[in-house]
Order: sequence, then structure tokens, then C-alpha cells
Amino acid sequence: MSAGGQTHRLASGGLIDRGKPLGFSFDGQTMSGYAGDTLASALIANGVKLVGRSFKYHRPRGILTAGSEEPNALVELRSGARREPNTRATTVELYDGLVAASQNRWPSLSFDLLSVNQLAAPIFVAGFYYKTFMWPGALWEKFYEPLIRRAAGLGRAAPESDPDHYEKAWAHCDVLVAGGGPAGLAAALAAGRAGARVILCEEDATLGGRLLSDGGTIDSMPAADWVARAVEELGAMPDVRIMTRTTVTSAFDHGTHAALERVNDHVPVPPEHQPRQRLWRIVAKRTVVAAGALERPVVFGGNDVPGVMLASAVRTYINRYAAAPAKRLALFTNNDDGWKTVDAALASGLTIAGVVDARAEVSAGQRALASKHGFAVLNGVVDHVDGGKAGTGKIAVALAGGATATLEADGLAVSGGWNPSVGLTSQHRGRPKWRDDIAAFVPDGGPVGMVAAGSANGVFSLAGCLKEGHAAGAAAAADLGFGNSAGAAPSSDDDATYALKPVWHVKGKKKAFVDFQNDVTASDVALAALEGFQSVEHLKRYTTLGMATDQGKTSNTQGLAIMAELTGRSIPETGTTIYRPPYVPVAIGALAGHHRDENFHSVRLTPSHHWAAEQGAVFVDTGLWKRAQWYPKKGEKDWLESVTREVKAVRSGVGFCDVSTLGKIDVHGPDAGAFLDRVYINTFSSLAVGKARYGLMLREDGIVYDDGTTSRLAEDHYFLTTTTAKAGPVMQHLEFCRQILFPELDVQLASVSDQWAQFSIAGPKVRDLLKEIVDPSEDLSNEGFPFMAVREVLLRGGVKARLFRISFSGEMAFEISVPARFGDALVRKLMTAGEKFGVTPYGTEALGVMRVEKGHVAGPELNGMTTAADLGLGKMMSTKKDFIGRVMAGREALVAPDRMVVVGIKPVDQSRRLRSGAHIIKKGEVPSPDTDGGYVTSVCFSPTFDQWLGLGLVTHGRERIGEIAVAHDPLRGEDYEVELCNPVFYDPEGGRQRG
Amino acid sequence: MRIACPFCGPRENGEFSYLGDAKPKRPGPDAGEEAVYDYVYLRDNVAGEMEEFWYHGGGCRSWLKVRRNTVTHEIFSVEAAAGAGAAKAAS
Repeated sequence: MSAGGQTHRLASGGLIDRGKPLGFSFDGQTMSGYAGDTLASALIANGVKLVGRSFKYHRPRGILTAGSEEPNALVELRSGARREPNTRATTVELYDGLVAASQNRWPSLSFDLLSVNQLAAPIFVAGFYYKTFMWPGALWEKFYEPLIRRAAGLGRAAPESDPDHYEKAWAHCDVLVAGGGPAGLAAALAAGRAGARVILCEEDATLGGRLLSDGGTIDSMPAADWVARAVEELGAMPDVRIMTRTTVTSAFDHGTHAALERVNDHVPVPPEHQPRQRLWRIVAKRTVVAAGALERPVVFGGNDVPGVMLASAVRTYINRYAAAPAKRLALFTNNDDGWKTVDAALASGLTIAGVVDARAEVSAGQRALASKHGFAVLNGVVDHVDGGKAGTGKIAVALAGGATATLEADGLAVSGGWNPSVGLTSQHRGRPKWRDDIAAFVPDGGPVGMVAAGSANGVFSLAGCLKEGHAAGAAAAADLGFGNSAGAAPSSDDDATYALKPVWHVKGKKKAFVDFQNDVTASDVALAALEGFQSVEHLKRYTTLGMATDQGKTSNTQGLAIMAELTGRSIPETGTTIYRPPYVPVAIGALAGHHRDENFHSVRLTPSHHWAAEQGAVFVDTGLWKRAQWYPKKGEKDWLESVTREVKAVRSGVGFCDVSTLGKIDVHGPDAGAFLDRVYINTFSSLAVGKARYGLMLREDGIVYDDGTTSRLAEDHYFLTTTTAKAGPVMQHLEFCRQILFPELDVQLASVSDQWAQFSIAGPKVRDLLKEIVDPSEDLSNEGFPFMAVREVLLRGGVKARLFRISFSGEMAFEISVPARFGDALVRKLMTAGEKFGVTPYGTEALGVMRVEKGHVAGPELNGMTTAADLGLGKMMSTKKDFIGRVMAGREALVAPDRMVVVGIKPVDQSRRLRSGAHIIKKGEVPSPDTDGGYVTSVCFSPTFDQWLGLGLVTHGRERIGEIAVAHDPLRGEDYEVELCNPVFYDPEGGRQRG
Repeated sequence: MRIACPFCGPRENGEFSYLGDAKPKRPGPDAGEEAVYDYVYLRDNVAGEMEEFWYHGGGCRSWLKVRRNTVTHEIFSVEAAAGAGAAKAAS
């Protein structure tokens, strides 16, 4: 391909700015166009006919349409990390320096080796995926699939991450108008004048819709002037927002819509701080769909040859872009609208080779035009088109009388009639209804609050579109109570009735394409019918008709019509497939918005996070939280060395850990105690003020839900803690209990998880450290502050804190709680005040080691399958009150004697590592599901005992303490002896924590 | 979907969590295992109009009883649970 300049640019006319030339490249060839061009119109102006290769057969393809329904002209746009595959050249606005490349060809577009696939066409028939490459099965994954994927494909995704960003936004309005053509503008004007808040979305960069291509007269002025005046009037209304380059893609429930705004696709690189695209969610009380209609092709041999183009698209390229798709043009039509293309071509000085009209009669005016310009009007259909990558050659015509004729042209405009865009109105499973007079589907109702107007509703005259759009906008506003006048409806003298003679398929020997994008031919539809795939949904899946980026916008109706004829049904009896959002493809980037990489989800930081980061702490994600996992020190070779040091420091001196991630809930009210009695298995109404108690909650089905300590701060005020993981769910559960199950109780809940910074301070020297922190007037002695006591204390410096004498580590320990804003100061103070005691911060790993040593259950044991008794906490279940889960917990299977219960587990060989997940098998038994006796749930290397220890859930566990069993770990190929023991390895009498 | 929370106004469904059938009533302490079993496990799953519990966790934390058509998603009424909202007056 050589760059021959803009050989097909018309000398005058068009909405392009000839004062702003733009350079671009296609497949490495430098070309030029003008501001106002699309990539497609610029390619046409440069005489380019061949723009892509088809999906299966690698046939040469050109541009078929001038809009987002384009099936053929898919290109890779931009280069490097910004390369975007499968963009439609027809919707890409040209900018200076644009780089585009064709897809699905090798080694080049002009010489594509894989076009040999056409010779193998018999194996690429409908359903070939299911019929070929079936044997041997082992070859599928390694050979056939990669082969097919390479041969049949679309564009390539960029290998690097997208450097641009995308955002999401909300908008709310009274009336949303989808489409800025005559009907949409009239609707927006009417609703806006009435006083409604209006959002008008237009896919194109310019308002006007078909007016941009077809012109016309509105309110006695040229259409372009009317559009300008309408835009001015709308712009002056404070509550009307016009959004161009924005496609309403989806209609969800209750007036929620998705719309994609291409904010910066028309520039090479988005300006700083601006997104490339923005995905809108627009909530509207009423919606007017003025999305227009799409012209459809006719199925005949060679109908995919480059140069065969929809008649309306030819007109758009001539009138709007001053680009001639052909210099000698033929037209194949079955309706009057197609003839407008003849007018456009003649007005631009192009030659008409002839018109093939399926209708027996054409108007006198049309005959006169033909004789004036010396072209033939043939009554018949196009039988087939010869040609290839260079464009159309001979056009063979089957005349109505049975004779044949031939036309010579370098382009063929085709109009098979118009399909209203029923996508949005049908997205709630509504099926469009068939109208015989226009041989097309039209909306049959739609989502609540949504109406279609104009050609989207099957009204094709300009006068009709304006009138119906205005009426729809006015009705929507009036319905919402807006009383101002909607003004007069715009008028036009173009009120010609649209009529056509349906022509779907001209049967012949050559490949006749129904779906260009998926290379589905008329014979594929016939094969599907023959093989019983006659339902439209089966037809779609079996042949892939209507799939991929265009979703069959230019092919579905012809496919249905052919299937209808083959099966002796009418088109409405054959029906349509289900319409689903989105109406046009939406990039994953736009759906993700800012939620990518480190912003994939929100992050919660503990009050000590910044301090911990300064210490070089290693963090672990627990839900949304980042928690310090351990604090490595210089010279430590691995995590185990750091964790071991931290544990030893706590057991021999003092250490602290940020436990602010625990869920914290304030329970207030005269019935707070009674409420807690019903949600916990144990009793809290009897808890003395100033005391804490460990509590266990069940689900209503009797399985353990969550645990934590709850303190009574006042007669009518409890402070409840949950596990980190269950903070949100427990809050929801407690609100359910309070609001729905026990509304008679006078109790209120407040989530205070983020209000308090809480640290566990543990170790034999804890009091020494605390004395440096709290006011000297506070009595921290065992008598003044006994185990499980809770009290507000004054800190040195005047801050009030809550102090809880509770222990998870088994050591003498306190938890101290200060308002979150003091958390950072407190942790720094703990470090400086504790320096002389060797205070050691510890992370979640050391926390976990000490809880296993102490035999406390946690997440791996509270696994959604265990009962209180399984965890060794059965005695906590009160028999004197009702509580959530009480009745179901008593079911036979939940109290069966052979349940797996928590035991301690340690390897007999003390140097051996114990692994979670290993199964416990009786010595001498062959491991099998029948002999499985439970499994190891939690393990740690215990610095205190200098060996690996674990907890497990073991059948009959409590009766088997002291037994030597086998840990069977088929995953790691290990079998080793373990001793089942009391789960409380460390200080079983509890003397250390009680002091 | 949008749900008109009696306290917050119409809000997007991402703010809510769904629980399901609002009909079953928690049996009293002496109702027996059979009744509790029914309450815990037996749920209607109607194609059509039904009363459901929704939780406005992304808003005011109210539990709501929503009468909704599960096929068309049309919402007929939204009411707050008996214990939702402000503190009860002292009795």
C-alpha cells in the first residue's frame, strides 16, 4: 500500500476543518486527514479500502458502517502500553500523530498467509469447535487451542499495564435522554423547558445524529442551524447537562444507567490528572431512548468484499466527512432511503453506475434522476459481487424477470432497511415486537420509566422524529410534575412514509455473509437449522452469530429471517435472543476505575502503623487491615528468628502488640445486660461493673460464630470486642438481634472500632512499664487491679485511658486503650519508657505463637463447623437462659460423642516440624477417609518449649490425651508420630496471668 | 436497584446487604427443636412478591423490611424493623 495522498477527499463540503490537517499512520504508512475526521473517514479519503482480515477465513474486509455497530474495521489503536485492540475505526476521532494497525493478519494485511483458511472452509463450518480437533483429547490444550487462538482472533492486548487512569462518577437527573439526534434534542428541549433536570448523552463528539449526514430543514432553517440553536437553548438552561462522547450502555433497575464517557480518547495522551474514560452511573426518574436506528446489509455472495458499504454510511462519508468511498458507485436498495445516497453522490460529483432496486416500482422522480444522469435502474437484486482486497469488481444482478445484468463500480452501497436500536429498551428481558410494515423489531414497552422515541421507536421521517421526541420529553417532565410549557414541537416538512420490500438473502453459490465479524455465512445458518439448532439462542451459540464486539448489530435480523424461512416460521415466531448490557463494548479499565493496583480495595491502617513502618515491620493483610507481622532486627536471618526473639522477650520481660483491629462495639441501655445474655452463650447481666469476661457467640444453627472479651464499664454500658475478621458481620448480627429479634429491649449499639487505639502489653515486667505510663495515683497491684479487672485510668500527661487486665499470651498482661488520635504518641511513649526494661514490640506471628502455646482457639478452630463443646468451652453454655443457637446446639449430631474436639499435638521427635493440615490416624491403621481421625489446625515453633507445637481437631480427642498417633500428610509426603496432649501447653494452672 | 431507606432516602443497592425471607419469626424459648429447625432452615424463595430483610450497613445500619417482586425487582414498600431508629421512649 502506498500513501497516495487524499485521493478520495472531495474538493469541498463536509464538517471537517480543512485548516487543521492531521498526520497519522496506518500499518506504518503515513497519511493525512483533517480535524473532524474519524480514522475510518480519513482512511477512505486516502483511498484505503482494505482495513482488516476476517475472523475465521482471513478474508479481506473494508469499512461497512460509519458508527459503533462496525463489525469489520477493528484496529489496534495507539502503540506501546497504550495500545488498545479491537477499536472501531468508525468511532475513533482522528488526532495528529494517531497510530493504528490492522489485526488478525500475518505477515501483512495485503498478504495474509492464513487466508488459506478459506480453502479449508469446509472444516470451519458452524459448530466446528465441537466437531473437529476432538481427537486425541490430550492435544487440545497444548496444540489445537493455541493454534485456533492464533489463527482466529482479534487484536492483541498491550503487554504492559495501562498507564492511563479511568474513573467512575455518579449523576442524578429527572430525565435522561440517550441520543442527541433530532428526536433526542427535541426531547431534551421539551423536558428542559418544562423545568426538569435533564442529562443528554450523545455517543458522537458532535450533536445532531443523522442530521450531520442527511441535513434537512427544521423550523424553516437548515438542520445544522437548528441544531446550533437547540444546543444554545439547552446550554442556557441551568439544569440541563449535555454529555458528548458518552454512550448510555446499560439500563439497570429503578432508573440506574451506565454510560461510558470517552473523555480523552480523541487525544494521544490524556492531559495530566484527567482520565482516559469515565464510567457514569446515571440515576434518572424517566428515560427517553432516542438512540436511532441502524441500517442493515443484505446477505448475498461476496457481500463482504471491501467497497460494499451500507448506503447510509456512504452518505455519511460523503456529506459529513467529504470522503468518497467510491468514485463510481452502485446502489442496491429495497427502500427510498437508500436513494438519498444517490443524491449525495451526485451532488458531490461522483458517478452512479446504476441502482438495483428490489421494488417493482420506483418513483417518477427517481426515474427522471436516472435518465438525467444516465444510469440504469434495475428491478431485481444483487446476486453476487466479485472483487477482493482491491475493492469491488463486477456486480452481478439478478433481474426480477429472471435475466441477469452486470454493473461495474468501485463501490456498492447497500440498504436492506433499518432496525430501530432496541438494545437499551430490551435489557430487562423485554422482547421487542415485530412490525410488518417496516420489517423490523421495535421496543415493546421497556424498563419502568423508559420510553423510546424517534427512529429508535420505528419512526423514520424527520418530522415524525421531532414530534415524537418532543412529546416524549414533555410527557416525562409533566409526569414528574414539572408544569412549565414544553414549547412548540420543532417541525419539518420531511414526513415521507418509509416503506420497503424486505430482502434478506439472495441465494447463490458464493459465500454470503450474515455476520461479518464472526464469519457466519448463510450456509452456516442452514447447517444449524439442519442439525436442529433452530432456537435463536442455539443458533447464536452454535454458529457464534451475533457474538463479539458488535453483538450482531448488523447481522441478527438477517440471521433470524433466514432461520425463519428455513424452518417455515415467521420472524416474530423465531424471536430474538436476549439483549444484555452493555450496548457497546466497555473496557475493563473503565469498569475498574481507580480500583486497581494498591487501590484495588481500601486499606485500613492501625494507629501504630506509621511508627511500625519506621521500625521496618513486615505487614500482613488481614481483611482490609495491614497489621505488623513481625519486626525484623538487623542480622536476623528469617522471620522465625525475629518471631522467636519477640516471644522470648515477652515471656521473660515485656512486649506490646497493636490489637486495635479487633471489632469494638459499645452496648448501651438499661437492657444491655439482658441483650448480651441472649447473644452470648454465657451470662453477662451478672458481670460486675469494672470486670471483663470472655464470651462466645453461636449462630442460630448452634455452630460457634465469634468470641472476644466484653467488659462492663457501667451499669448500663458494656464494651464488647469481636475478632478482627468478624467485626463487620458481628455488628450486623447484633443489629439484627436488636432491631428484629428483640425490639422490646432498650439497648443501643455503636461501632467504635476506629475510635480506640488498643495495645496488649504483656510479660512479667508489664507493671514496671505501666508505672512509667499511668499516673502514680493509679493502683496497679494485684489487689488494686486484679485479673479481669477493667477501669478508666489517668495517664501521665492527662490523657484518660481504659485499662483491661486481660491476657491472650498467658503472661501477666494488660490491654490499654486510648482515643485513636493518641495511638501513635502512646506507642512511641511505650518504646522510650520501656527501653530500660527491654520492651519489645511484637507482631501477629508472635501473638499467634503465644496463643497456641496457651491453647487459645482462634480462626482455624472457629471454622464454621465447630461447637462450643468441640472447642472445650461447652461448660460456658448457660442452662438458665435462652440464647441464639441454644436449641440447635443441642441437636444429636452436634453433641455426638465422636465429634472432633480441640487437643494439643506435638511431634514425638522433638526436632520435627509439625504442619497444619496433616491428618491424625491411629497408629497401625491404614490412612483412608474411614480411618481419618481429624487434622492439625494451627501450628507454631514454640521458643518456650524449643519444638513445634500445634492444636488440632481430633475424634474422641479428650479421651485420647497421651496417645501416640500418626500425623499423615499426603500433600507433603510425610508420616510421623505425634503425641495428643492437653491443648494448654503453657502454664496450665494460669498462675502467670493471674499474678 | 435502589431502595428507599426510611431514614436515608433512596440509596443504591451496594449500600445494603440482603438476608432473605422476612416471614419466619424466631420461636420462643420453649417452642421446641422442631419449631426452631423450621425457623433456622426453612425459607421461602418466591418468584414474585415477597417480604425480605435488607440491612443498610453502608448507611444508617437499619434493618429494613422490603416488599419486593423478586422477578421484576419492583419495590412496593420499605419499612424499618421494629427496633430500628432512635432510642425507645422509657416505658
